[in-house]
Amino acid sequence: MNNQLKKQLLKRSKAAKLERLGKSVSFLALMLITVTVFAIIIFVASKGFSTFFSNHVSFVDFITGKNWNPSVTNAKGQPEVGALPMIAGSFIVTILSALVATPFAIGAAIFMTEISPQRGAKILQPVIELLVGIPSVVYGFIGLTVIVPLTRSLFGGSGFGILSGTCVLFVMILPTVTSMSVDALRAVPRYYREAALALGATQWQTIYKVILRAATPGMLTAIVFGMARAFGEALAVQMVIGNAALLPTSLVSPASTLTSVLTTGIGNTVMGSLQNNALWSLALVLLVMSLIFNLVIRLIGRKGAMSK
Amino acid sequence: MSKARWIEILLVISIVILGGWAYQTRQVSHTNQTITAVGSTALQPLVEAAGEDYAGQHLGTFVNVQGGGTGTGLSQVQEGAVDIGNADVFAEQQKGIVPSRLRDHRVAVVGITPIVNPKVGVSHLTTKQLIAIFTGRVTNWSQVGGHHQKIVILNRAQGSGTRTTFEQYGLNGHRSIAAQEQDSSGMVRQIVATTPGAISYVGFSYVDKTVRAVSLNSVAPTNQNVTTNHWKIWSYEHMYTGRQPQPLATAFIHYIQSAKIQKTLVKQLGYISISEMKISRDGHGTISQVGSSHE
Repeated sequence: MNNQLKKQLLKRSKAAKLERLGKSVSFLALMLITVTVFAIIIFVASKGFSTFFSNHVSFVDFITGKNWNPSVTNAKGQPEVGALPMIAGSFIVTILSALVATPFAIGAAIFMTEISPQRGAKILQPVIELLVGIPSVVYGFIGLTVIVPLTRSLFGGSGFGILSGTCVLFVMILPTVTSMSVDALRAVPRYYREAALALGATQWQTIYKVILRAATPGMLTAIVFGMARAFGEALAVQMVIGNAALLPTSLVSPASTLTSVLTTGIGNTVMGSLQNNALWSLALVLLVMSLIFNLVIRLIGRKGAMSK
Repeated sequence: MSKARWIEILLVISIVILGGWAYQTRQVSHTNQTITAVGSTALQPLVEAAGEDYAGQHLGTFVNVQGGGTGTGLSQVQEGAVDIGNADVFAEQQKGIVPSRLRDHRVAVVGITPIVNPKVGVSHLTTKQLIAIFTGRVTNWSQVGGHHQKIVILNRAQGSGTRTTFEQYGLNGHRSIAAQEQDSSGMVRQIVATTPGAISYVGFSYVDKTVRAVSLNSVAPTNQNVTTNHWKIWSYEHMYTGRQPQPLATAFIHYIQSAKIQKTLVKQLGYISISEMKISRDGHGTISQVGSSHE
């Protein structure tokens, strides 16, 4: 009897076993994700850096060069892999679309959280969720058949260009920025509102002077998130921007982004060749940029947390 | 042994079994029954249609056709990852490919023609004018006898077979200036049809009423003119294999080259049959009469 009791007490209980299993399964899941992420980063970096190390392209030429013709060598005997037009194109469409989308997103978010929460939740919430769910190729197709001809008839040119790209991206990032702004506004403590109203502020004064200011870090995060999405979007932009590796001279002249050159070019190059490596370098730039976007988001979050 | 241990062991065993099973089936289907052809999207419809036919006649055989582009096709077949690499250009023309490691099989010919928006008022050009347009020396259609309308150049993506062929034989080796790029012929046609002043180039099978094919140096872009090389902008459609191809891959390529497929499918899909060509061209652009010398 004593022995049996001892055995029972020393044996791991069912709950302990389950605990161990649960912990190890979740640790494995974490490991898998971490390994995958690092594998991707290492792969893209090794491929992307080979343009500079094995093909001996100078990094400065790559970042500042204006001619993208990887299969052609220039006067100096170096391949023409100037990525400036694509980098500029990516940044311009990203910043423009964020600039256009932000006021609309914040307006919608204020309406949903402060002015009319019930109607907002009933109408706007489903609409925004729907917008998030539409695949990017559909946005691109609509852009191609509606926005491109519209820009052409309004501003001339071919209709393909930064302006059309901005319009499409605006619609694509609007739901992301809106729903994250809503979260930021909802996170403002209730007593901020109560205190402002008690001091005799009108609702708009409360929103403008108190709530928006308190929610600024959160909304900045929302905007950067939207920008990260715009920066990485490939298909929809590729369909409307024209894919010309030229430095944009106007909003309606064809341009290109890092992603659009990647998607059009990757099938026509051979693994290991300079043409292919140059595309990987573009991918590396994209990856680094998205890491920077993530860092910015963390920084904003930390700063916002401190000021509270 | 604890229950958790048992579950872990069970998991490991099942993963091993599943992995082993996947490996086994891969081996079986790879060596016996499946041909994988990857590459050129221009050739894809023909290989797909012929593959279905072939699989129908040879039960248990499956032809797996994927796009991905000429570069992908050639590099995959060079690495031995696939049986057949479909390409629009000679392996010699693709950077990073060692032609001596591959075996060329030509299965069809595709003619490529410049197309313009119907409203530009031009239906024939000279090679000189075409080069002037694509190198940016001429920027308005009125300079080549058309209406007063700005020229909008539309290119295929760099490295695409259609673009390589067009620049080599249509522009006599001149490179087009940087301009809009699209990655498929269907997209090019749609944009040329809707954009005023647009010019581009597509395979003959893509020409329809919405765009106008332009004759060059008073030669019309017809299949007849391609077979005699009077129309110079054309390319072979190649199916590359390794030096020692799989017997099944060779059999399939012979099937596509057979008179039956060449007379039916090849024509229906808008390609030109290889047997109709009165001349042949090698990877360096040298022309020879068919019959006088053979590959």
